[in-house]
Amino acid sequence: MTDASAPEKTLPLDAWHRARGARMVPFAGYAMPIQYEGIIAEHRWTRESAGLFDVSHMGQLIIRGAEAEKALEALLPADLAILKEGRLRYSLLLTEEAGIIDDLMVTRRGDHFYMVVNGATKDGDIAHLESKLPHTVVVDHMKEQALLALQGPKAAATLARLVPGVEALGFMTGGAFQIGGVTAWISRSGYTGEDGFEISVPAAQAVAIADLLAEQPEVKPIGLGARDSLRLEAGLPLYGHDLDTGTTPVEADLGFAISKRRRSEGGFAGWHRISAELDNGLIRRRVGLFVEGRQPVREGAVVIDDEGNDVGKVTSGGFSPILEVPIAMAYVPVASSEPGSVVRLAQRGKIFQAKVAPMPFVPHRYHRKGGGQ
Amino acid sequence: MTVYYTDEHEWISVEGDGATVGITDFAQGQLGDIVFVELPEAGRQVTKGGDAAVVESVKAASDVYAPVSGEVVEANQALGDDPSLVNTAPEGEGWFFKLRLSDPSELDGLMDAEAYRAFCEQQ
Repeated sequence: MTDASAPEKTLPLDAWHRARGARMVPFAGYAMPIQYEGIIAEHRWTRESAGLFDVSHMGQLIIRGAEAEKALEALLPADLAILKEGRLRYSLLLTEEAGIIDDLMVTRRGDHFYMVVNGATKDGDIAHLESKLPHTVVVDHMKEQALLALQGPKAAATLARLVPGVEALGFMTGGAFQIGGVTAWISRSGYTGEDGFEISVPAAQAVAIADLLAEQPEVKPIGLGARDSLRLEAGLPLYGHDLDTGTTPVEADLGFAISKRRRSEGGFAGWHRISAELDNGLIRRRVGLFVEGRQPVREGAVVIDDEGNDVGKVTSGGFSPILEVPIAMAYVPVASSEPGSVVRLAQRGKIFQAKVAPMPFVPHRYHRKGGGQ
Repeated sequence: MTVYYTDEHEWISVEGDGATVGITDFAQGQLGDIVFVELPEAGRQVTKGGDAAVVESVKAASDVYAPVSGEVVEANQALGDDPSLVNTAPEGEGWFFKLRLSDPSELDGLMDAEAYRAFCEQQ
């Protein structure tokens, strides 16, 4: 459990961030860098070159044991049976009512599964996994691992200079590599919509690896502020804002995370609700919005109908540094969820017009090889 | 012309019963990249300590309070086209609005430049 009054914990790169002029803020129970030189500059640098993110607050878990695959499939809607060695999938921990406990990445790695979960929810996720998995399946929280992300169009060429062969990874695949004399697990994945990598290294070597990456001319450190604006432009939901236990994957427009076999066979938490929603339709759905004018509409603004009734809510909102217009994610009535639909938003007593936009707002530039994921 | 500062990090430059209001360099640095400023319309009465404007950074919206009471006589239209003036020239071209003071004695409790500098150092 997170105790709001508990002092912030520090991450392995705390002093590293401070030495680079980061402004530190509390996030997920840790002191974390919100920005260095400025959110817009860092955002654009990531879209044009390569940004280095410290995401060591995230939970890195190993799940192993007899029948781990089958046991995990009872909790996740992913088809783990067809997940090949070194491949990762986006998936969701679900309640029996199909509420989203967390969103995550799961990788088949040798005799176990490697899972990366959100920092603010990791303790709850571990408790959930331990209570639901059979005693033959063990959850190991790798507290001694740091996690870095290198994201942007120059990430591959830059990282390949330090890690020969890493450029051969396709989107949503990973492998073990040496970087600066350290063994790292590197996957081609991220949370910006750009090509890029996530790099898991021992915490004791995190400073050396961060230095090695940051001294490359294409690389600058990027804070949480730009991480949020980048993922919003990429149409990627943020847990605790766009997703929560009161939201189902179908409402959240994450149907792609429910694998075909699992959809027809079921056998995972929340399947009955999901199946009914897929068959019978929904009341509300997560969409992207272009907001008219220049003023951003933020999380917490209300979607209203013509009579002023509250019919939905904005769950993320801000200003797109690339498009230079305000953008948002919101849950809106399904009847108003098609691109081009006009919706009205209320924020601090003011009405805003917005238009449903296809997401991503800024195209993804993932490095897909051959036949997809 | 005398410039005063508030503990909410606004500046107010006073000449006679007219005044120009903006946010300080310290404030813009804390807010980060400004993407929108919602300004009061000319003719609006504002009250010392009451809402007068909203400044939006990439990350969040922040209220700007009226440092003194008065009638808004002009808002800085240039901020509509280029809100980043608040970042680049917070105490110049990035001014927010001009006021006609209704009670100049309200200026008495505000800080001068030296006191404000000391105040910022404690932040």
